[in-house]
Amino acid sequence: MLDSGSGHARSGAALLQTIGLTKRYGSFLANDAIDIAIRPQEIHALLGENGAGKSTLVKTIYGLIQPSEGDMLWQGEKMVLAGPHDARARGIGMVFQHFSLFDNLTVAENVALGLDGKESFKAMSARLEQVSQQYGLPLDPKREVWQLSVGERQRIEIVRVLMQNPKFLILDEPTAVLTPQEADQLFVVLERLKSEGRAILYISHKLDEVKRLCDTATILRGGKKISTCLPREETAASLARMMVGTEIKQVKAAAHRQTTVPRLVVNDLSLAPDEPHGVHLKNISLELKGGEILGIAGVAGNGQDEFFAALSGERLAKDPGTIVIDGHAAGHLSITARRKLGAAFVPEERLGHGTAPRMRLSENALLTGHAASGMVHNGFINTAATLATVDRATESFDVRKAKRDPEAASLSGGNLQKFIVGREILRNPIVLVVSQPTWGVDAGAAAVIRQALLDLAAAGAAILVTSQDLDELAEIADRIAVMFHGHLSEPLMTADADRETLGLLMGGSALTPKDVPDAVGA
Amino acid sequence: MELLEAIILAVLAASTPLLLAASGELLVERAGVLNLGVEGMMIVGAACGFAGAWATGSTFIGALCGIFAGVALSLVFALMTLGLAVNQVATGLALTILGVGVSGLIGAGFVGERISTAPRLYIPGLTTLPFVGKILFGEDAFVYVSLALVIAIWYFLYRTRAGLILRAIGDNHVSAHALGYPVLKIRMFAVMFGGGCAGLAGAYLPLAYTPFFVPGMTAGRGWIALALVVFASWLPGRLVIGAYLFGAVSILQLHAQGWGVGVPSQLMSALPYLATVIVLVLISRTRSGGSTAPAALGTVFVPDR
Repeated sequence: MLDSGSGHARSGAALLQTIGLTKRYGSFLANDAIDIAIRPQEIHALLGENGAGKSTLVKTIYGLIQPSEGDMLWQGEKMVLAGPHDARARGIGMVFQHFSLFDNLTVAENVALGLDGKESFKAMSARLEQVSQQYGLPLDPKREVWQLSVGERQRIEIVRVLMQNPKFLILDEPTAVLTPQEADQLFVVLERLKSEGRAILYISHKLDEVKRLCDTATILRGGKKISTCLPREETAASLARMMVGTEIKQVKAAAHRQTTVPRLVVNDLSLAPDEPHGVHLKNISLELKGGEILGIAGVAGNGQDEFFAALSGERLAKDPGTIVIDGHAAGHLSITARRKLGAAFVPEERLGHGTAPRMRLSENALLTGHAASGMVHNGFINTAATLATVDRATESFDVRKAKRDPEAASLSGGNLQKFIVGREILRNPIVLVVSQPTWGVDAGAAAVIRQALLDLAAAGAAILVTSQDLDELAEIADRIAVMFHGHLSEPLMTADADRETLGLLMGGSALTPKDVPDAVGA
Repeated sequence: MELLEAIILAVLAASTPLLLAASGELLVERAGVLNLGVEGMMIVGAACGFAGAWATGSTFIGALCGIFAGVALSLVFALMTLGLAVNQVATGLALTILGVGVSGLIGAGFVGERISTAPRLYIPGLTTLPFVGKILFGEDAFVYVSLALVIAIWYFLYRTRAGLILRAIGDNHVSAHALGYPVLKIRMFAVMFGGGCAGLAGAYLPLAYTPFFVPGMTAGRGWIALALVVFASWLPGRLVIGAYLFGAVSILQLHAQGWGVGVPSQLMSALPYLATVIVLVLISRTRSGGSTAPAALGTVFVPDR
């Protein structure tokens, strides 16, 4: 094993080594002279915040990006990659974070596209079944991808890479979309691959995962390598400090939060999907009091989007009484009417749903604030008021941007998310429904957002948070319910909601009697 | 019986340009590119096809000229949308306007000229069979080529690796790029193929349908071809059905006028276009299950390098 803290592996033993690898975009240095060495039979973590240069580095190693300077050594010899084909030919495989799958093609076709097409489709399909069985990653080659769960989709990616019999695998945030149990299964596969002598470069920002799984970790920050260390000898806090560069503020809940009257009540909400592949919401009931944060966990695509649409008024319920906001039946009300009742909504998708990407921040502030924030007088926009909202959000939530009022699309994910959450919180809502508040947001911004949610609850608002990040829910929610196939489980007190229980609920087992279909009314 | 035979022959003739143009566009759209310039490429193909046949006296050379003209115009589209990442809808519309203008320029000298129409197949013993003889064995080459083309496209899309890659690019160009496929290059070839098909479809009109050139003689067939691709939900087999259905509507309305059906002739002439609109509306309303449109259709792709 590597000496603790030493920067370089012995180059003789390295399977892949980069020397001074640099990628420049104009004057921006995405990677600044990165040295990293990965040896066979090693799981090497690549840690860093968004924008630290992790993706650029692995894309360079996979041949998707040409480096501006620096060299790569493969088994000690200089390697120049013209494209991913070159990388694959050498035995480098990559599992992408945003899956590089084709929804309307079958599993077998997807796998075939990731190979170099030297064997017949039939032979390839047979080998696909064999490899997927061998590693315990069951797949039906004939199904089309859109029918599959996220976990199954990832299996395709992994099997596709394994079929190339790679010496070196790159995995980009593989557990971001998995239930804890699915993640455990993945770790078993990874350990097995390691024992077969392969090397793995594992990108993640889940620090306990890295500590558990990885032998070595390289930390990037702002395009530079900060250090290479042994994660098992570090603490999560020390790793986080290296990633962020400063201490991350611990999120703190107010000591005595008072819960008040019910602010958001959902009574037996059922809703058929309006899309071909949508989820049917079935008999969802919940009660959320002022001062309380309810977390909704679940694997993506189990009805969270549909539930958000029903709560926000993007889709209307048949019966007004199914959704009650602050004592008013609101199921039939439009999104604007619900905002006027004091509700605010933060959707999951920042660009395109939360904001109009090509519009300025002030215009985006107007889009949700027009109903109740004095931004419109007699049909004319009060530009000063919209700009004031931008300024207040900027100041209160530390939104970093190049100018006073840029286009939404020009902000980084974390800063845009801080703006969107800030925009809604500044309206002083009494009910806030927020979906994936910190998805794809760097640790610093995530802490700001979570603290803001806690502060808002302390001020008496009722907050419903949908998230796939169980750690996040454990940190801020008072109670956690799990959504599965359009059913919502009974909320558990956060103290009682251990990962195993939640994981089972997320996988659909351990249904409470309420969720059993027989008990479901018409 | 003879009337039916005549009607079927006329339907085949009317359907062939639709089928040719739509097959090409189907492949283009399967690669994720929406080229609304079919009408423009067709009309230029018609003018150049006529010019080529008039100058050489050969239908074959004329057809080649039509294809060549279609490809040339499609390269303008490829340069704009693939090379410069311009909006595909706007470029396609502009291409049609350009095509109509260019064809008028080329064709101005040929108005009133006449050429001999494309020869028809003649197999002694078969072509003379009653009823089916002329329908099956007495067509011009374009009819057989158009059907062979559809079969070839089907085989290409579903039985070859290149076809799989093309479909993949149309479904998700970002993933295809990430896997190392040359998205823009493949799209360019698809666009050129579509241009050639549209050019050939246009050339069919003066070479086989009517033996002279008239400005604007495509008369909206390019738009119908575009609608047909949607009608066929991007499946080659359904394209044949759709093309013949639309051909039949346009021929039957002529006969219905002849029979004295009490509907204004203008309305009858508008039938194929009305049918296009109605079909598009119905399809967009009733489509269920997996959306069949290529997911990346009409979106611009700029690779990051």
